[in-house]
Amino acid sequence: MIALLFSGILLSILFPLLNRHRARLSYLLLLVYPLLVSLYLIRRVNMDNPIAASLPWVPSLEISLSFRLDGLSLIFSLLISAIGFLILVYAGEYLRGYPLTGRFFSFLTLFMTSMLGLVWADNLITLFVFWELTSITSYLLIGYDHEDQQARKAALQALLITAGGGLALLAGLVLMGQAAGTFEISQINQKGQLIRESNLYPLILLAIFAGAFTKSAQFPFHFWLPGAMAAPTPVSAYLHSATMVKAGIYLLARLYPALAGTEAWQYTLLGVGLITFLAGSLLALPQTDLKKILAYSTVAALGLLVMLLGIGSGLAVKTAVVYLFAHSLYKGGLFLVAGGVDHAVHTRQVDQLGGLGKAMPLTAFGAALCGLSAIGFIPTLGFVAKELVYELILAFPQGALLTALAVLAFTALTAVSGWVFALPFWQKNRQKPLQAHENSSPLWGPPALLGMAGILLAVFIPQTGSSLIGPAVESILSSPQPVTLKLWHGLTPMFVLSLFTILAGALVYTVRIPFQRAIGGLHARLSAIGPQRLFDLGLEGLKKFAVLQTRILQNGYLRIYLITIILTTVALTGINILKSPGGLDLPAWQPPRFYDVVLAGVVLAAVLAVVSASSRLATVAILGLIGFTIALIYLLFGAPDLAMVQFAIETLAVILFILVIYRLPKFARITSRPARMLDILVALSGGALVTLLVLWITSRPFTSHLTPYFVENSLPLAKGRNVVNVILVDFRALDTLGEISVLAIAAIGVFALVELNLDKSLFPSQRALINKVRSMILPTAVRYLMPLLLIFSVFLLLRGHNEVGGGFVGGLVAASALMLYAIAVSPQALLRLLPASPRHLIGLGLLVALASGALGIFQGLPYMTGLWLSDPLPVFGKIGSPVLFDVGVFIAVIGVSLHILIALAEDGES
Amino acid sequence: MVVLPVLITLLAAILCIFMFRSRSWQQKITLASSGGHFAISLTLLWVVQRKGIQVLQVGNWPAPFGITLAVDLMSALMLVITGFIGFWIAVYSIGGIDEQRASYGFYPLFNLLLTGVSGAFSTGDLFNLYVWFEVMLTASFVLIALGGERAQLEGATKYVILNLIASILFLTATGLLYALTGTLNMADLAIRLAGISPKELVTTLAILYLVAFGIKSAIFPFFFWLPASYHTPPVVVTALFSGLLTKVGVYALIRVFTLIFVADIPFTHTLLLALGGFTMVTGVLGAAAQWEIRRLLSFHIISQIGYLLMGLGLFTQNAIAGSIYFMVHVILAKTILFLVAGAAERISGSYDLKQMGGLYRQEPALALLFALPALSLAGLPPLSGFFAKLILVKAGLESGSYPIVITALAVSFLTLFSMSKIWGEAFWKPAPAQLKKRPKNPYIWIPILVLTLTVVVIGLWSEPLYRFSYQAAGQLLDSSIYIQAVMGKIP
Repeated sequence: MIALLFSGILLSILFPLLNRHRARLSYLLLLVYPLLVSLYLIRRVNMDNPIAASLPWVPSLEISLSFRLDGLSLIFSLLISAIGFLILVYAGEYLRGYPLTGRFFSFLTLFMTSMLGLVWADNLITLFVFWELTSITSYLLIGYDHEDQQARKAALQALLITAGGGLALLAGLVLMGQAAGTFEISQINQKGQLIRESNLYPLILLAIFAGAFTKSAQFPFHFWLPGAMAAPTPVSAYLHSATMVKAGIYLLARLYPALAGTEAWQYTLLGVGLITFLAGSLLALPQTDLKKILAYSTVAALGLLVMLLGIGSGLAVKTAVVYLFAHSLYKGGLFLVAGGVDHAVHTRQVDQLGGLGKAMPLTAFGAALCGLSAIGFIPTLGFVAKELVYELILAFPQGALLTALAVLAFTALTAVSGWVFALPFWQKNRQKPLQAHENSSPLWGPPALLGMAGILLAVFIPQTGSSLIGPAVESILSSPQPVTLKLWHGLTPMFVLSLFTILAGALVYTVRIPFQRAIGGLHARLSAIGPQRLFDLGLEGLKKFAVLQTRILQNGYLRIYLITIILTTVALTGINILKSPGGLDLPAWQPPRFYDVVLAGVVLAAVLAVVSASSRLATVAILGLIGFTIALIYLLFGAPDLAMVQFAIETLAVILFILVIYRLPKFARITSRPARMLDILVALSGGALVTLLVLWITSRPFTSHLTPYFVENSLPLAKGRNVVNVILVDFRALDTLGEISVLAIAAIGVFALVELNLDKSLFPSQRALINKVRSMILPTAVRYLMPLLLIFSVFLLLRGHNEVGGGFVGGLVAASALMLYAIAVSPQALLRLLPASPRHLIGLGLLVALASGALGIFQGLPYMTGLWLSDPLPVFGKIGSPVLFDVGVFIAVIGVSLHILIALAEDGES
Repeated sequence: MVVLPVLITLLAAILCIFMFRSRSWQQKITLASSGGHFAISLTLLWVVQRKGIQVLQVGNWPAPFGITLAVDLMSALMLVITGFIGFWIAVYSIGGIDEQRASYGFYPLFNLLLTGVSGAFSTGDLFNLYVWFEVMLTASFVLIALGGERAQLEGATKYVILNLIASILFLTATGLLYALTGTLNMADLAIRLAGISPKELVTTLAILYLVAFGIKSAIFPFFFWLPASYHTPPVVVTALFSGLLTKVGVYALIRVFTLIFVADIPFTHTLLLALGGFTMVTGVLGAAAQWEIRRLLSFHIISQIGYLLMGLGLFTQNAIAGSIYFMVHVILAKTILFLVAGAAERISGSYDLKQMGGLYRQEPALALLFALPALSLAGLPPLSGFFAKLILVKAGLESGSYPIVITALAVSFLTLFSMSKIWGEAFWKPAPAQLKKRPKNPYIWIPILVLTLTVVVIGLWSEPLYRFSYQAAGQLLDSSIYIQAVMGKIP
């Protein structure tokens, strides 16, 4: 079994490739596959025990490739493989000369295999996998004529409805597996009691019904099926009448022992099935397209099957199996007939058809055979099935209404079947006569064979009953069920009713045109509120809603994004703080020290000035002021290293700002006054949050575990007295490595952004500000100043490990000196002066830093372990890898600063 | 060993800076570094699985005083996928990035981005994580802007400003956390935070991290930067970002909300679950409103992040395993989809679905290579996305969290709808204009092919990855393993 499935999948994958080179051979191979499967299955008819095979798949998720062939799956898989074979034969001829047939047959084979997998699967998840595969292949097949918009729309609709139901089904199956404690279907079916009594049962039932009803086109999901008629006719015959749409029925039958027997099961299925049965048969009446007629009558048949499973007695289940079998044969056949007619005369409209019997006798013959079964004429399987239905309904308590409805539906079905199987051939054509000729044998053969099968199986009905129907009924009910079927019961009430429906149907058949006109208008009015329309509206609404919500959320305004983020943060933390039983635990008010007030006052005033400034130059200046004030704060709180870096950075930043400021567009205020007020409130709320948190946390005693360790070990272990520097180049040197990488990226980024503008229009060439600064005194002064500054920077670098200083601040000082030179003399002169280009300096700095850490690795120590020369050198002091690391930082900082400077300064000159 | 993924890419970036004038050398260096990264990470994964969490006390300073790198199963897996995606995108870039961008620093930036990502995945120190986030942020910002097209600059501005908010929050929260506990080492934090009351104080900080990492992960309602910027740079860059960037955010969320912030799980993790649900829904609806294929796919990134949060929010071993599995799946699937979009653009000359069409007939191979990851993303069996969702749905149903399960399934449905829109418009619909016939560039096709095969394989043969994810989730949930590995003692 497993081998058959795998070879089917393999075949469908390889077919398109093979087809390209060896078209005939590959097609023959394709035909062999369903024959092999049929052969395999036929040998299993009348088997004693179900066959099981299993391979592990995802054991941790309880998914196994386990399969089980019992009576129910046998009858289904026989239909799938045998009809599949005929369909392949038919389609080979039908699609001759069409494009992309390689893909078509590949999808069809994949579908067939999936369908087999579905009915053989004994694991819920495996079943689901194949279930979804049939949906996807159905989508691809409905959309075969993919350049036609209608076909695309129909394919999508079918996919959305079946896959949507599929998702519900998945939830249902998982819940079921959880309730039963296993995902093996055969075991679950033995634990029906457990599942039905579980409090998950209603949910399971709901979800599984959703899956089954969508797949099997039950009201109100039925409308995708008529839409799916956009598929080539062989596909309609196979997927949308004989097999795939019956998957929902199969599922209900398969899980019958686990789920059936409750009122919820009974009433839901009975109700939904009955409505679908009636709706399908009545909706078929106004149709004029042969395939649409067949589609609606298929919906009706599916409704009837669901209804029968809902009733759920032994007789009902038996009836369901017989009816299903009969329907697959005759409906598949009738579809093929419709396709044959279409193929020959290029129309499927009943209004234009007629009189083809003479020209197409063989097609007409097949049509008649299938048609007899469809209307339930003796001696066909359809007849047997219909009698059983009447027998069941007549025995029903309060069966009168049900009987009347059934008679009504069957009458309609009889009439519409007539329009398909008889009208095109035997009715006189009122329109202009059609030019027709008989189709070749692959087109008329398959329907004729299907029709004959329906008759043969009926003639040998006792055997059919005992070898096919019986075992299937038995596996549905999971109890031994002797099935005896007879063709002729004598003149029973059932027979009378059956005959009556045929006659009534014949009457409707003859008055088709006035009848269709009469109900056509009603139908049009009803479809304005029908499920198809609701679906379309829903889909449209969904799209509109999607556009609306996206326009609201992703509105394009950075300002609103910021507000959203800040307010969300404030709200979420606010909720949480309010939850706190003690509330905020804030420190008592202490009178501030004098310089606190001064510094805070300066910063606050500066911030206010920045946000209300209306020139960029002023903004830059005030930001510089804030930066220097913060440096002062560092100094006052005993962090001279930080203060020094802050000073250097601020200086550098101001220089860079000046270089870019003339490139910026004119300053403008875009937001309105109320908007700015809102901004202020939002900003204040964010500020308040942070302030509160700081107060809350600093009110608690603080004990750092790190600081004492650093202070204690800085000198003995890391050979440095300056703890801040030791942290930067040793304790947490990896952070520093990351940070200089950030600088490197920034330098590359500035360079690329300035130099590379693929939209040429964006930046017209700009004058570099640097050319404007020309004086005689400055260059001379700088020539003397620069060497001093450079020496100072090296000094800072070297003493950094023990005193205030370090590679970072040293690098900044050196960079400032060199920048000064560039501004005073020229960037080109600076480049000539440097031993390597700024870019190479960046690379070198990073490399030195990276490599200094690697030294330890060679001694088997972790990365960045400090290694020290045992004796201090003169001038340099103690030398070790962390010092080397600092040198790397020093070089990288110089390289980065100069690279940015040169990029900004050079542009416009070249 | 643990530090090598970071070092190899950083070294490669340095070499690329030295070789700035030679595109072909930079390409070779980048192929070697990303390939080497993958090989090293794979070895690391093997070692972690055999010997447990690998810890490196950088500089030989004992935890919590220096910086600790700690690679557990989840980290190792993320490193492996980083190397894998990085390598194949490096290959794609040879055919997919224009000469100018390649000459103006694409490769050094690419390597530095991988450095940042790898650093974030390996570190066990909260401030060090911040540093790697900065490396990533600057590198990605420049990569978005690289080329200087108007749309790029606009996108990059929004990108960097909103992400800087995340950085500020991250830094503020880390400062506050340090003030509260006096430590930055994550394992040490886990120990010290356990003793702090009121727990609301800890949870408030947790929320700051949730927002900071939430912005990075592009979850609702912080995702704005992503759709504003992802469609602007060349598709190679977007593919790389979609695979890795937001996932680092999610990784950080998973890390801190399993190890550090577990004081008030009913509050924080329910919040995560709710945000996950909203992220799924708003993301997928955003996608439904798009006609530009890259924008559409960008919104799907958001939507899929919701699923990752779902696993974390449910907070069971199965659920977190689901998130991990989902992460691998979605990184692959999304990356391929962007790469395919790039290949489709080369043929149809547009990213606008209305201008596209006819690819199904002319480019059957491309159609297949789109269909597989697209169906996988929509969660259809038997591809990786199906198993990813199945695990999460199972976990959700086990916990009785029906609303999130229903949301997850409904969003799956909408994802399918959205994928079928691309299929219908770009592939099935007749081409509005003549399609270009282009010879198949192996640098573009082979990465797509290999990545797609991977998606198919981890779907069809999902047992090993699921088992691994489950194991990794177990390690995450039992934080004492991590703490012991880092601190060398049991709390």
